[in-house]
Amino acid sequence: MKIKIIIPTERIHNPIIAESMVETKVLLNIMVANIDSTYGELIADVNDHQFNRIKKALESKGAVVVVLGQPITRDEEECVECGACISVCPMKVYSFDENWSLCVDEQKCIQCGMCIKMCPHGALKLGE
Amino acid sequence: MVEKSVQEINIKIEDGSVNVVTAEEMVGIVEELGAEGAAKEVDVVTTGTFGAMCSSGLMLNLGHSEPPIKIQKLWFNDVEAYSGVAAVDAYLGAAQNSDVRGIQYGGAHVIEDLLRGKEINVHATSYGTDCYPRKVLDTSITLEDLNEAFLLNPRNAYQKYAAATNSSKRILHTYMGELLPQFGNVTYSGAGVLSPLSNDPEYQTIGLGTRIFMGGAQGYVIGNGTQHSPNNGFGTLMLRGNLKDMSPDYVRAASFTGYGATLYMGIGIPIPILNEKLAASTAVRDSDLVTEILDYGAGSRDKPLVREVNYAELRSGSVEIQGREVLTSSMSSFKNARKISNELKDWVKHGKFLLSMPVERLARDSKVKPMKQTQAVPLVKDVMSDFIVTIKKTQTVRDAAKKIWENSFNHVAVISDAGELVGLVTAWDVSKAVAENRFDSVESIMTKKVLSCAPNEPVDLAARRLDRYGVSAMPVVDTQMRVLGIITSDNISKLMARRY
Repeated sequence: MKIKIIIPTERIHNPIIAESMVETKVLLNIMVANIDSTYGELIADVNDHQFNRIKKALESKGAVVVVLGQPITRDEEECVECGACISVCPMKVYSFDENWSLCVDEQKCIQCGMCIKMCPHGALKLGE
Repeated sequence: MVEKSVQEINIKIEDGSVNVVTAEEMVGIVEELGAEGAAKEVDVVTTGTFGAMCSSGLMLNLGHSEPPIKIQKLWFNDVEAYSGVAAVDAYLGAAQNSDVRGIQYGGAHVIEDLLRGKEINVHATSYGTDCYPRKVLDTSITLEDLNEAFLLNPRNAYQKYAAATNSSKRILHTYMGELLPQFGNVTYSGAGVLSPLSNDPEYQTIGLGTRIFMGGAQGYVIGNGTQHSPNNGFGTLMLRGNLKDMSPDYVRAASFTGYGATLYMGIGIPIPILNEKLAASTAVRDSDLVTEILDYGAGSRDKPLVREVNYAELRSGSVEIQGREVLTSSMSSFKNARKISNELKDWVKHGKFLLSMPVERLARDSKVKPMKQTQAVPLVKDVMSDFIVTIKKTQTVRDAAKKIWENSFNHVAVISDAGELVGLVTAWDVSKAVAENRFDSVESIMTKKVLSCAPNEPVDLAARRLDRYGVSAMPVVDTQMRVLGIITSDNISKLMARRY
């Protein structure tokens, strides 16, 4: 499953991601990381059955952990199903079915935001 | 030999016996029956396309105010329209961006909002005359309030369009969408098998007066479009249709990041099958339609050809570029193109749409010329210093210092044994190395990621790149990365000093 890990300012100088992984032996596959000296936000993939363990460890060290249930939303009224989003997505979230209808596999989304800029009709947005 | 007339076909439409198929269905029919058999069997083939058509706009008449005004400047929801025609006539271009909201909202959005019945703010100014005393006007209108509201689109329904890719190292924001660096993707536009002009490439039945499906209503072809280029298969159409009869399903505003507003138009053209030649041409397949993939990385009018490609390859989802599979994105909607061809088929089948023959055919022998420019744009090679100091990467920092000192030149290009550019060393790099007591090879102190430019690039593009990356000089290289010279901010200042 995809999760978002937020590292607040007061914890930014501690290696809490590494500590949590070492401590729980749960592997996080980090897909997006935006970290600077004041704030951090990461998107990572983790095994469903290991999620609770890593969540507990991260939270005990001050991180905020959110499950990305609906990482991306498509406004079906605005979307004209051109498929502009297909080639810019690094995770292959978008595809056509045999009728040239656009299919969205939200579970693969890592919220990189490329498709949002690409969509000429403003039909995509992050979150719900 | 089959010979039919549009009049005969229209009689069949009226009595319900017409046989109409979409251009997609026609492919199989001609395969099965041959062109002659298909021409006997089929009366009308419907086409469709749905994509971004920037060259679109609304010709409108506001009606006269009390006291009346001869409008000189005019805005709809802060989007400027052209009103240099009679008092309350105006043309609102789809690609005009809002003065307030920028590229997020433009003429296309005003058109869609009108179509959806929304109120639009109108602001107009004038200088006042005896017959039109009013100087300022503010009101709000809906589509219903306009006397006339015609879409008059100077260039729509490109026969086919070149696909786009990007060899440069940064993301390009274009009217073909986001182009990822280093051939990261390919974008294309056009309905391929359903493309109206590609199904009648001799323009036998499409011309001035051809009745068409336009934005969900009946509209007309009023001639060839601007930049019509039939010689290489890039024909275009000029269209007219009544916005009041159209549907927002087929007239949709859009905005391309970093580019601006545009209008997605849904167009469908019925092609009467008058003879077997038309039967054969309407059997065109995606794989028959060849276009080019052009490199938008150069930022110049003449975009380098990357490769030729057909629509079947583009629509397969990926194409090969330099031995690598590159994903493709369509910027136009094939699903909507198909929907349009089916809706038009339905209209014809149920007697709601009669065909018309053009009163004048489209030009079949014209070519697009580039702009005549009276001021020549200086190229990099015209202003660069062709004297450049080079150094091998294995030489020492001391050698570099000596070269800088002897030639009183701030930049030294570092080259490999084969003579290719591999880095750049400046006087600053050398000072820093000396201060840190490092005297080993220049390779260890040089800037490895060097910006470079080509000799035939316009100077303003090079200047923009220097500015964007905050550097003072770029080596000029040929296609083999051999150093030809260097362009510095000094060269550019000298150019400006010479001109003004």
